[in-house]
Amino acid sequence: MNNFFKYFAEIYTGVKSLLIGMGVTGKYFFSPGQIVTQQYPENRKTLKMYDRFKGEVIMPHDANNQHRCTGCGICENNCPNGSIEIISMRIETPEGKKQRIIDKHIYHLSMCTFCSLCVKTCPSNALAFGQEFEHAVFDRAKLTKILNQPGSTILKGIEE
Amino acid sequence: MASFIYDFSLLTKPIHEALYHWLPPVWALIAEMTLIGLIFLLFYAVVGLFLVYAERKVCAFMQNRVGPNRVGPYGIFQTIADFIKLLMKELIMIKNSDKLLFNIAPFIVIIASFMAIAAIPFAKGLHAIDFDIGILYVIAVSSLGVVGVLLAGWSSNNKYSLIGAMRSGAQIVSYELSVGLSLITIVILAGTMQFSAIVEGQANGWFIFKGHIPAFIAFVLFLISSTAETNRGPFDLAEAESELTAGYHTEYSGIKFAFFFLAEYMNMFIVASIAATVFLGGWMPFHVSSWTGFNNIMDYIPPFVWYFGKTAFVIFLMMWFKWTFPRLRIDQLLTLEWKYLLPINLVNILVMAFIVLMGWHF
Amino acid sequence: MKEVIHTPVKALEEEEYHINMGPQHPSTHGVLRLVVSLQGEIVKSLKPHCGYIHRGIEKMCEKDTYPQIIHLTDRMDYLSAHINNHGVCLLVEDALQIEVPERVKYIRTIIDELTRIQSHQLWWACFGMDLGGLTCFFYGLRDREKILDIFEESCGSRLLHSYYTPGGLMWDIHPNFQKSVKDFIKYFRKKIKDYDRLLSGNIIFMERTKNVGHLSKEDAISYGITGPSGRASGFSCDIRKHHPYGVYDKADFREILFTEGDTYHRYIARMDEMHESMKIIEQLIDNIPAGDFSAKMKAVIKLPAGEYYQRVETARGEMGIYCISDGNKTPYRIKFRSPNFSNLGVLDHLSRGFKIADLVAIGASLDFVIPDIDR
Repeated sequence: MNNFFKYFAEIYTGVKSLLIGMGVTGKYFFSPGQIVTQQYPENRKTLKMYDRFKGEVIMPHDANNQHRCTGCGICENNCPNGSIEIISMRIETPEGKKQRIIDKHIYHLSMCTFCSLCVKTCPSNALAFGQEFEHAVFDRAKLTKILNQPGSTILKGIEE
Repeated sequence: MASFIYDFSLLTKPIHEALYHWLPPVWALIAEMTLIGLIFLLFYAVVGLFLVYAERKVCAFMQNRVGPNRVGPYGIFQTIADFIKLLMKELIMIKNSDKLLFNIAPFIVIIASFMAIAAIPFAKGLHAIDFDIGILYVIAVSSLGVVGVLLAGWSSNNKYSLIGAMRSGAQIVSYELSVGLSLITIVILAGTMQFSAIVEGQANGWFIFKGHIPAFIAFVLFLISSTAETNRGPFDLAEAESELTAGYHTEYSGIKFAFFFLAEYMNMFIVASIAATVFLGGWMPFHVSSWTGFNNIMDYIPPFVWYFGKTAFVIFLMMWFKWTFPRLRIDQLLTLEWKYLLPINLVNILVMAFIVLMGWHF
Repeated sequence: MKEVIHTPVKALEEEEYHINMGPQHPSTHGVLRLVVSLQGEIVKSLKPHCGYIHRGIEKMCEKDTYPQIIHLTDRMDYLSAHINNHGVCLLVEDALQIEVPERVKYIRTIIDELTRIQSHQLWWACFGMDLGGLTCFFYGLRDREKILDIFEESCGSRLLHSYYTPGGLMWDIHPNFQKSVKDFIKYFRKKIKDYDRLLSGNIIFMERTKNVGHLSKEDAISYGITGPSGRASGFSCDIRKHHPYGVYDKADFREILFTEGDTYHRYIARMDEMHESMKIIEQLIDNIPAGDFSAKMKAVIKLPAGEYYQRVETARGEMGIYCISDGNKTPYRIKFRSPNFSNLGVLDHLSRGFKIADLVAIGASLDFVIPDIDR
């Protein structure tokens, strides 16, 4: 007799637990306001990444096309996988001093692991993270970027 | 002139008579059969595609997602695009597979569901063939599908497929019993196995209400066991994507895979329409005796709307099951059938027979 | 040249056959390959094959400076990225005997616990999916997204953060950090009830997991099963309790211990850990002291010659870092004791005699992250 009641108690608790589970999914089915999907390509205009989002490494230039990079090579040394190459050259300033400036600050996005050591260790804060995240391209060569803009010069007062 | 939506025999009878008037009887019969076959083919494709879309939308809403929304408004053409993609895919031939059985298996599955759909009354007068033993026919034919599943698993030369097929075999052999017994409960109440007569018998109240608690229990048992029979979650052990990758149709590609896929949804449609017909009154409107005004309003809704509405309700229930519950294990599946569903079913039949004997039903 | 020794293939018994689960299989969560020998559906024995995602992280560490190693440890157990980072940072700080600011310790502890919660959320999602309840997967990931947003706000990335540096943090936390963490706790306390209603209390789920894959305390210790899996068997192995780091000694929390050791209790242990983690965060979040976000570090970090060992409690168990330094700026040799590798070893023992569906459930309850097994 005891087993007999146990049998029905089992059915009761089992069915109850199943109905509770169905209640959860049913609740979400009838409340479409809780949908969390982002409509990505449509919301491109309004999509705002967090300020610190690590999209890619960039070199900010000001309005006069001036950057802050001295070409010291600390970022190149700190990069764990060699995604930064700096080609620097020596020029003579109008005052007659020898100065090292960057010719090309090459950044291989395809090799970057976004460890942020370059941005963190840069002594003159020349590097920053950009918000761009749509990096898909058909040609791998496009992922190798030159960060300093053509014709840019170093900001006054940053020199070593 | 739109009165034929209330009685389709007004539409089908003139066509029938015209065909017999123009053609000799043999040719008229062949023409009718071809016509009905084509209509069912079209119906099959439309319903299958719609159900795939509906399932994806339902599960998306349950999972806080939007679901397909790229092809067409609200993504309604998504399944058509998927179907075209499947049509264009290469049919991969598996080395060392049993070629004949491998190729024939999807057709067996799809033909079994085609045959079952013939006996279902969609609306008044919209009925391909009205057997005297409609329920027996449907039970017999719907269990043919498992032969295709077994062949698919056996001939694929893949151990995952084989395990899936064997699970499916064990599952259908046992759940067939529950499906049959729960339908017999209603046959006792209705006193007939003919679908049209069963529907007519529910003109003054659906069997689920007429038969008191036993009819309701039979409905629940039918829902559970028919979900198992169509290999749908939580009983989708034959596919069990997290255990057997895709079970019996692992090795199928292209249109042959689409056949299995469509057959699954059509089987769901068939069992849902049987549930709707037998328990929920088929195309009969919802009537409450002595509320004449209410009954007249209900009568105003065309029968096929009632039929599809009820079927959609049952299909929604089955989708709800699938997207809520985790999957059972094979031994638990058999335990559920032989220790719970079958004894309850047998007692239920006894109770129902007693109620009918005493005339306690409405 | 040494001859390659082939281990003799065990002769199969009657009606026994092999099946390859993986390297591509939905329930191995990555590129793990299990050669399972089955009799019907019953698992007779099982042999894991690792190495499909071996990247040589330990060797790569030998050419990297200590700050650079951090970003490699992210990529081992990517679900406990912060905690792995924490281990390396602690190792370096202990070796150099640097006292990090109190603020850093608080922030690290809070973020570690957030990491644990998000890892367990993903585990819950996958557990449900492996058992066939696909809806769980989306609920788990939906809530995990909130934590990833918190991480993104402060650390800049969602999965591989590299937020800790030897001596402190990369940047200070975002001004919104405390508020968003508190919002998350409030949100998740509501949502975790759904988890219980949907899966934990479900009769099918309980039947599938109870009395399946029993692991005794003795076996847990001898196989070296740590983390929630070991604690479900009664093996008290919580590093946070026994060798506190960060500010775990200031937080009041319970070490979840069960004695049953079956799949169900491994599940419950992790669910309870989420509650405990939330408790820890709630105690600490309002008390973050003001101060620097990093200690003063030299530009080039050189560890004195010697051997160092540091262990931390990741979401999956004890993560140990053994480092030999010869006084250079790069380590001479570094070895990671990853919890997943030890946990994988017990899979054969647990799943023998159970069905193939149970093997999936047991594997899910041990919560593998394959890149951590192969490193």
